Amino acid sequence: MAQVNLRKLVKHYDETPAVRGIDLDIPDKEFVVLVGPSGCGKTTTLRMIAGLEDVTDGDVLIGGEVVNDMPPKERDIAMVFQNYALYPHMTVYENMSFGLRLKKVPKEEIARRVQAAAQILDIGRLLERKPKQLSGGQRQRVAMGRAIVRNPKVFLFDEPLSNLDAQLRVQMRIEIKKVHQKVRTTTVYVTHDQVEAMTLADRVVVMNNGRIEQVGAPNDLYHAPATKFVASFIGSPAMNLMPCRLEEAAGGLRVRLSEQLELPVPAERTARYRAHAGKPSLLFGLRPEHIIEQRPHLDPGQQPFEAKINVVEPMGMETLVYFAVNGAEVCGRVEPAAAGGEGSRMKLVADLRRMHLIDDSTGRVL
Amino acid sequence: MLEGALPRKSGSMKRDRRSALVWSYFFLVLFVIFFLTPPIYMFITSLKSSAEVGAVTNPWWVYHPTLENYQALIFSPDYQTFFVNSAMVSVVVVIVTMLISIPAAFALARMKFWGSATLAMGVFLTYLIPETLLFIPLFKIFAWVNETFDIQLINHWWVCIIIFPTLTVPFCTWIMIGYFASIPKELDEAALIDGAGYLQMLTRIFIPVALPGIIAATIFAFTVSWADFLYPLAFTTSADQMLLPTGIYSTLIKGDVYAWGQIMAACLLGALPPLLIYAFLMDYYIAGLTAGATKG
Repeated sequence: MAQVNLRKLVKHYDETPAVRGIDLDIPDKEFVVLVGPSGCGKTTTLRMIAGLEDVTDGDVLIGGEVVNDMPPKERDIAMVFQNYALYPHMTVYENMSFGLRLKKVPKEEIARRVQAAAQILDIGRLLERKPKQLSGGQRQRVAMGRAIVRNPKVFLFDEPLSNLDAQLRVQMRIEIKKVHQKVRTTTVYVTHDQVEAMTLADRVVVMNNGRIEQVGAPNDLYHAPATKFVASFIGSPAMNLMPCRLEEAAGGLRVRLSEQLELPVPAERTARYRAHAGKPSLLFGLRPEHIIEQRPHLDPGQQPFEAKINVVEPMGMETLVYFAVNGAEVCGRVEPAAAGGEGSRMKLVADLRRMHLIDDSTGRVL
Repeated sequence: MLEGALPRKSGSMKRDRRSALVWSYFFLVLFVIFFLTPPIYMFITSLKSSAEVGAVTNPWWVYHPTLENYQALIFSPDYQTFFVNSAMVSVVVVIVTMLISIPAAFALARMKFWGSATLAMGVFLTYLIPETLLFIPLFKIFAWVNETFDIQLINHWWVCIIIFPTLTVPFCTWIMIGYFASIPKELDEAALIDGAGYLQMLTRIFIPVALPGIIAATIFAFTVSWADFLYPLAFTTSADQMLLPTGIYSTLIKGDVYAWGQIMAACLLGALPPLLIYAFLMDYYIAGLTAGATKG
């Protein structure tokens, strides 16, 4: 068990920068998820922690020790790969025990550890099989088992669920969470799937273009994104972003979204936003669940408006309605019974206490 | 409309498949006839006495079958010597080839170092130089070795152990580079993280996983050293130093007298070892050992 620290970590492939200076402290036992679009540098960062990529600049510390020049086998880490990387000629038992056998751990000890890991993962009856006799989910479990038996300082996961179908992915996600609750090993997990990131992580690290955009607990990232990128990346369907103007009016502030539609800024946000009144290139952000059907009474901060519905997507427990505001497509989440048909006009309310204001020129949330 | 279209489409697919099969069989039968006619003719001739070979009869039929050709060969000390020489050369060449090719292919496929791609190409190019171009320079080199170190290489059966790897190593290295390159990179990385060094990665992961490729290379190396004619012809002259192909040629053809029955019997017996090796190792050839390593 150990903490992992990244200090001004940089990686260049020839002249192309992949990671542009990352600082991150991962305390012992924490489950950290690196998430971002493909090419954001998350996998490269993970591979530098593993020792599979050289560090161009900066430091990787595991357990307080700089490991930049240490080969992977001396770092005491275990890694689960996207395509499992099981040894095809070995049985499950041999796969799981390979690392221990190389370390010349006594046979009884190996058997004990493999049995224990097999029990955690419920693969006890598969130990004599070869990888090709296993399903995708079972192979993934074996790959995790191979990591667990080593009892390493750090677990590294490189998009372990991307090869599984949707249903199995949800199941394995829960499985991984359970395993972490049992073994409490410091974990760095890479994914491009923000749902995986939100559900698994103690802390999520959102990366973009080789840099960290924001680090925080899943709910903090969701409700208080620091940048436009995080606001639009976390959450599904994505946050609605609409160009807007901030206008002073009768002591308060109003957000103008189009000629017809303007919404009052809640009083508690006025002081925070006042300096930005009249600025060009502002974006108004509101998540779909904060645009709902109009109900008999309005909560404070809720502002009614009317919209012509273009597309209706029934999801079962809710229905997504899409409409246009000044050319921008906007999504709302309404009760299935309340949703109008396509082309109909519908009375909706926007919860402005949950609004975000983004400076599009800097990408920062104001 | 769609329902009407579907059966017609699958019907045409069935027809396509059938005509493909018919053509496949046509060409396969053609190949089989082409390649099996000579051995069958050899077998028929090997059962004939010299008198019958010389007689004007149907060449495709044996009227008085006899095993005298086989008997004469099996109890001939010359033929036994050729056989043993060939066997020793082939086995040692296979071992030497594998000892060189496997580590070389591993290094060229996996350890990226300066010039590794050029070197891999160079290995292949050396294979393209025909032996007919090389035996005279080799002769010169052996003469120089004799003058300088007083070691006589020419006219010893074991000289082939030195020469044959120049034919087998480049090709075997090349096909094994291909096999090793097809092993997913994550397997090495998993092994590295599991604590394996490069040697352990080679012996515990690469060799078992690439076994079909290694066996293919073994078969190739064995066949080349068993059947090569030019080098033993050029470098061995005494009967007790000859290998099988040149031995048959030089002992069973005396002047313009061809002992056809014995020649055919000798060639058929000589073809047995490669045949047995193919038969036993073919299963490995076909086995897809990499299945299940990664997402399958």
